[in-house]
Amino acid sequence: MHNSEIIESKISKSALIDALRHFIPGESILFEEEDLRPYECDGLSAYRAIPLIVVLPETIEQVQRILTLCHEHQVPVVARGAGTGLSGGALPHEQGLLLSLAKFRNIIDINPKRRTARVQPGVRNLAISQAADQYGLYYAPDPSSQIACTIGGNVAENSGGVHCLKYGLTVHNIQQLKIITIEGELLTIGGSGLDSAGYDLLALMTGSEGMLGVIVEVTVKLLPKPERAQVLLAAFDDVVKAGEAVGNIIAAGIIPAGLEMMDRLAIRAAEDFVHAGYPLDAEAILLCELDGTNEEVSEHVLKVREVLKQSGATEVRTAKDEAERLVFWAGRKAAFPAVGRLSPDYYCMDGTIPRKQLPQVLKAMADLSKEYELPVANVFHAGDGNLHPLILYDANISGELERTEEFGGKILELCVKVGGTITGEHGVGMEKINQMCVQFNSLELQQFHAVKAAFDPDGLLNPGKAVPTLHRCAEFGAMHVHKGELPFPELERF
Amino acid sequence: MNTDISQQLQQQIQQACEQATVLRIIGGNSKAFYGRADDRMASAEILNVSAHRGVLSYEPTELVITARAGTPLTEIEKLLDDNGQMLAFEPPAFAETATIGGTIACNLSGPRRAYAGAARDFLLGCKIINGKGEMLSFGGEVMKNVAGYDVSRLMAGAMGTLGVLLEVSLKVLPKFEMETTQSFHCPPAEALDKMHNWSQTPLPLSASCFHDSILRIRLSGSTDAVKAAINTIGGETFDDASQYWQDLKEQRLAFFNTDKPLWRLSLASDIESLGLPADYDKDDCLYEWGGALRWLKSDAPGEIIQHAAAAADGHAVLFRHPEEQQAVFQPGIFQPLPSGLLRIHKNLKQAFDPENILNPGKLYPEL
Repeated sequence: MHNSEIIESKISKSALIDALRHFIPGESILFEEEDLRPYECDGLSAYRAIPLIVVLPETIEQVQRILTLCHEHQVPVVARGAGTGLSGGALPHEQGLLLSLAKFRNIIDINPKRRTARVQPGVRNLAISQAADQYGLYYAPDPSSQIACTIGGNVAENSGGVHCLKYGLTVHNIQQLKIITIEGELLTIGGSGLDSAGYDLLALMTGSEGMLGVIVEVTVKLLPKPERAQVLLAAFDDVVKAGEAVGNIIAAGIIPAGLEMMDRLAIRAAEDFVHAGYPLDAEAILLCELDGTNEEVSEHVLKVREVLKQSGATEVRTAKDEAERLVFWAGRKAAFPAVGRLSPDYYCMDGTIPRKQLPQVLKAMADLSKEYELPVANVFHAGDGNLHPLILYDANISGELERTEEFGGKILELCVKVGGTITGEHGVGMEKINQMCVQFNSLELQQFHAVKAAFDPDGLLNPGKAVPTLHRCAEFGAMHVHKGELPFPELERF
Repeated sequence: MNTDISQQLQQQIQQACEQATVLRIIGGNSKAFYGRADDRMASAEILNVSAHRGVLSYEPTELVITARAGTPLTEIEKLLDDNGQMLAFEPPAFAETATIGGTIACNLSGPRRAYAGAARDFLLGCKIINGKGEMLSFGGEVMKNVAGYDVSRLMAGAMGTLGVLLEVSLKVLPKFEMETTQSFHCPPAEALDKMHNWSQTPLPLSASCFHDSILRIRLSGSTDAVKAAINTIGGETFDDASQYWQDLKEQRLAFFNTDKPLWRLSLASDIESLGLPADYDKDDCLYEWGGALRWLKSDAPGEIIQHAAAAADGHAVLFRHPEEQQAVFQPGIFQPLPSGLLRIHKNLKQAFDPENILNPGKLYPEL
């Protein structure tokens, strides 16, 4: 944590525990080292910190009282869902309280007419679709961690998945939130209609990474399950051709439900791991899923086959049945753990670029890979330009993590340079906080801080994450002077 | 036409900020009827964005268009149409002069909204000038972007009260191969039932509307899919449908020709009765968006209508009203906000426009 981000709380650990015991059962307050240890990191284990206290409330009223207490005594609060996030957003604060929403696990109501599900934040993403299945409905956003990640965290991170191009991110698929402010006030944002009065606070809360309020209830939109889904697998002898094929499919007027690309290293890793039958001699494969009504899928499968062939695919396969469709997907879905078998550690990046920049970005990444002597496996949500380069490294080799982080930072800066963004769906959290200084200028960052202050003027919610202080950027910028221009010239240096 | 007047706009806002001069933001002036009238605005200096125009980038295969805020909506729609694409939220224009900036600032969407998403859903990024005269960019031109707070979408529907839109980037979609409309004679409860039942199945629905005992359902998709859907839902094929949906969106149907105030209610789609007192029950109502949007012609007091909307877990906006009635409905054109939300709104206004110079009172008296 940067010096400019440190918060001094005005209460001792023991006094805080005593105050919490007035309204929270003892077993739901953790403060011994061995009980705190499991909370030291989220899905990004490279960053770890032990919180002062972990609290597991069960009711909205308890959350309100916890926040009121923390507000009164200026104690930092980090909210945590399932802890599957990949950017260190739920990394604990050493002087702070970690607020786990794990006990908020109820699906309150599913309304098939309105096509909504009202759920508590600790409900798992996949559990919503499972519960809605009896009505022929499902919840569309499907981050790869969907069996474990919870909806509260999905909202906090604006999670995506493989179906974003057609069905959108979390922000497109929720209708109402209940949040608790740092002052302990319960606010209802959104409503049962398709829009609500006033500013779009629903959008502002989505992806706000626990910086503006604590989510205690979510109403999600449900969609009718597509009548049919079909997947095509195309192999290419050149990654650039695969990239062009993606543009050609869209130019044909088709929006696939999912459009994924893997490069040679990722294909090999996946094939060794799950034996999906991927062509091992390919430089890249594309998986194109089409869904909708039976007739539409039939029509589009024929069209896409043709487009893929014309785009230079060396081979195009269509899954002959549901079992084969799942096998095609199994390789892609297992890509991360598969790559994990190639190397003791890997570091997953999340930049997004305009798709036409893909060849240029791939070439630059290959050059960087040589420069840093670290291999990269590439897995993309190709339809929406979201890249997931996986940098392979070994944390036990001294200096390798640092080199990996620097390499990763370079990739993100490259994404910004070509008109993209440092994060498409994983969030900034702790991980990409320095790269925020590259993506936004100081006036924009100040505007973000002003938005934060509109909800949390004392900066108690998730301090040090998501939006860097200008002092942090000044120091980071000092290492990254571009074209001789000193970034953040208005700040004094120290 | 392609002109960049961002420097002039920035200077005017900086000066207004220094002198605390109130600015009334104007694009094509096509939606001037919409929103609160406020004394502060009557004597305001005009900030005209309409000359800041031109498409900055458009590549059909990227599904993104970026344009200056003053670009006419018709120009954008024509360009997309020439490339077989569209703005899927089907925005109403209300006049030829409508601009893309005004469209986003008001966040108004047309018949396809319930099935494709609203203006805000397609907004990927924007460049703005805030009330301090600072030029800022948020979001971008890519489909997925979670860096920083979603300030872009916060601008959609803020009606200029948080910042002046300079540029917007929007996701666009391919047009459909075939579109057809089926119609059904039925009472309101049956219409709602039909809309709900069909919405729960994977039919290629793209619009729905019910009034005068006629339910109209639009289907859009590949030819085979639309033909199959017609077989599933039945009804009579409604000729001249494309004109009908245009007229609905632009409020040119006979229904909208009224001396009464026109209310827009956005609420839970399964609400059968608005629970208005019997005197107002006879009032005309038009349903859209599978029942989630109701247009109501009524001279009932605003508080009664807004109370009914709140009871249906929604909100009501006095969308159009005869000029002489303006005073009667102040300040409640938009649904009143609960105190906690109003506090956050005031703080946000302060964060973007501390001198309160951008369209003050257009949305709420406090903003």
